[in-house]
Amino acid sequence: MEMTGAKILIESLKKEGVNTVFGYPGGSVIPIFDALYGDKELKLILPRHEQAGGHAADAYSRATGKPGVVIATSGPGATNITTALATAYLDSVPLVAFTGQVKQTLIGTDAFQEADITGITYPVTKYNYLVKDVKDLARIIKEAFYIAKSGRPGPVLVDIPVDVSNAKCEFIYPEKIQLRTYNPNYEGHPKQIKKALQMIQESKQPVIIAGGGIIWSNASAELKEFADKSGIPVTTTLMGLGAVPSDYPNYLGMPGMHGTVYANYSIMDADLLIAIGMRFDDRVTGKVDEFAPNAKIIHIDIDPASIGKILNAHLPIVGDAKNVLSQLNKEIQKADISEWINKINNWKKDYPLTYLPKGNEIKPQFVLETINKLTAGKKTIFTTEVGQHQMWSAQFLKLDRPRQFLTSGGLGTMGYGFPAAIGAQVAYPDALVIGIAGDGSFQMNLQELATVKNYNLPVKIVILNNMYLGMVRQWQELFYDKRYSATCLARDASCPLECSGESCIKYFPDFVKLADAYGIKGYRITKKEEVESVLKKALIEDQDAVLLDIHISREENVMPMVAAGHPINNIIQKYE
Amino acid sequence: MDRSHILSVLVENRFGVLSKVSGLFASRGYNIKSLSVGETEDPTISRMTILVEGDDKIIEQVKKQLNKMIDTVKVIDFVGKKSIDKELCFLKINTKGKEKSEILTIASIFKSEVIDIGTRSLTLQICAQTDKINDFLKLLQPFGILEISRSGVVAISDDEK
Repeated sequence: MEMTGAKILIESLKKEGVNTVFGYPGGSVIPIFDALYGDKELKLILPRHEQAGGHAADAYSRATGKPGVVIATSGPGATNITTALATAYLDSVPLVAFTGQVKQTLIGTDAFQEADITGITYPVTKYNYLVKDVKDLARIIKEAFYIAKSGRPGPVLVDIPVDVSNAKCEFIYPEKIQLRTYNPNYEGHPKQIKKALQMIQESKQPVIIAGGGIIWSNASAELKEFADKSGIPVTTTLMGLGAVPSDYPNYLGMPGMHGTVYANYSIMDADLLIAIGMRFDDRVTGKVDEFAPNAKIIHIDIDPASIGKILNAHLPIVGDAKNVLSQLNKEIQKADISEWINKINNWKKDYPLTYLPKGNEIKPQFVLETINKLTAGKKTIFTTEVGQHQMWSAQFLKLDRPRQFLTSGGLGTMGYGFPAAIGAQVAYPDALVIGIAGDGSFQMNLQELATVKNYNLPVKIVILNNMYLGMVRQWQELFYDKRYSATCLARDASCPLECSGESCIKYFPDFVKLADAYGIKGYRITKKEEVESVLKKALIEDQDAVLLDIHISREENVMPMVAAGHPINNIIQKYE
Repeated sequence: MDRSHILSVLVENRFGVLSKVSGLFASRGYNIKSLSVGETEDPTISRMTILVEGDDKIIEQVKKQLNKMIDTVKVIDFVGKKSIDKELCFLKINTKGKEKSEILTIASIFKSEVIDIGTRSLTLQICAQTDKINDFLKLLQPFGILEISRSGVVAISDDEK
């Protein structure tokens, strides 16, 4: 049947099994939104900023494993989703973005709302397309989805000039993909698998480091089987949180800068690291030259370019985590490492994740522990922004499954978490979606309160409010002689330059009133004894969206901490 | 240890691919010493010949990142392989008030041809390996080189014999 490019886009999305798109209209995408008008099969969610639409689609993808879709107009609409694409790129999220473009005769003329978005986004997408002929559109969409979700997943952008959206052709959705240059390898080489088994057998002090690759290849069950059968302890990176349950006996928590002492000590003492679907980010390795000095490394990853990029692998295995683990699981034996496990268990006993209660102050860790208590056994999804609250969440929230903890790890995008909560809630209307936020990050996308209201999304926003850009303040306290340059969000013209901030009672803005302005319930918690009762009311009893403004200890630090560029066994443990 | 590698990168012959390849080098901080691009026997494929310098680890990453690009068909590193590589260079030499015979003698030793001659300058063409061209330019430097235009290296694998 002959149809317009815009209609072809909509029908192609349906062929890809898409049922939700996040989209913001504009001049160059009017035909696309016209084709969406009243469509019964495709749910359209209108955010209040394209960036938020991009993050919501990203979180939809992280929560479901399916590609998330965002549509934005040309020029500023397209540049606004660039941060969302970069966020998705660094965390390997199969986000598919469609942007409008000015008509082809105007491309290159600095036309109104023209931006070279394929040029701008090339470094932050797995691939991108500029569609020049409506006849190519269906094929390109098919390829875009395939590229986004196959191999190491990543965002793909399709730029559609408005004349292509308006042009007509016969709609035939291709059945097969023909990409001669792209062919990801999924199976681990049997020889390498055999060598890995041998290395594991010879090892006395092995550690598994599992990353986001486990989540994307749906390999949690295989990872757990591998850990169960071998008895090897497991640490998961920020992106791998949830790959094994938090209460798994041989679980070490997260390694790296704000990782557990025992994860870091285990890595530094290990004689074998089995790295699966992770890429040795600098927040994990600390000083690379001194990272795991005695360890051989088996590096399993679907992306050959991730292997050997930071650390040389003694045994590289290119393949999909699920397949490689299944191959290993066929022959893996119980490792004889009881001494090693004892050593680690002693570290766990001696250096637990902890914090010091302080009078009537509300410690953020206490809030998170209370959330654990209240949400136990519920289908909960957590999202975070970026900063101190993100690290506390990574340390203290109890997870029981993959895709439960959505956070911007690689790019560290403030403003991610709130729209991410929207994306997760749209994907799972019945889930309890809790967006943990800092007061700084929340203000980067707070306009999405309108989206929450308009679509009746029962997301819970928990602001751990310390009136600081807390993580930067923490660095300033520890490494910059407490020179709090531009990190106090209460600071105004009346403040002295040097201010410890500790006794300051200015809170700004009034988040409860802000929520009220959008028709959303808001509660403020300033006393420790209110924490549990108000959280219970807000998270459990109330069926609607709620914003919680919780005034936490202003100068609480994230501990433990490894200073940037230091070896990860050089750990600051300053509990105040 | 840093060394030069000639990489032959076969890519889809589409617009934008050259900027993607050069963008990859820029964004990851690899330095291109020379780059030449042209169509191949298959018009849907172009060959980029890239001269890049780096230690083994960097070159390995460069190759992996190039391979990772969706538009890349194949990456060949000519180091350790039998191959032929040459570069074309034009250079204009100031001849005003100078004896040309010495220049022409050097040119003939290097199998360089005169391709243009004017009242004040002389243009030579040399097609040789990069190192040889560098030597040639060094020898002619004292005569006053006005302009240099180099094509970048092209390379092809040696035939089996």
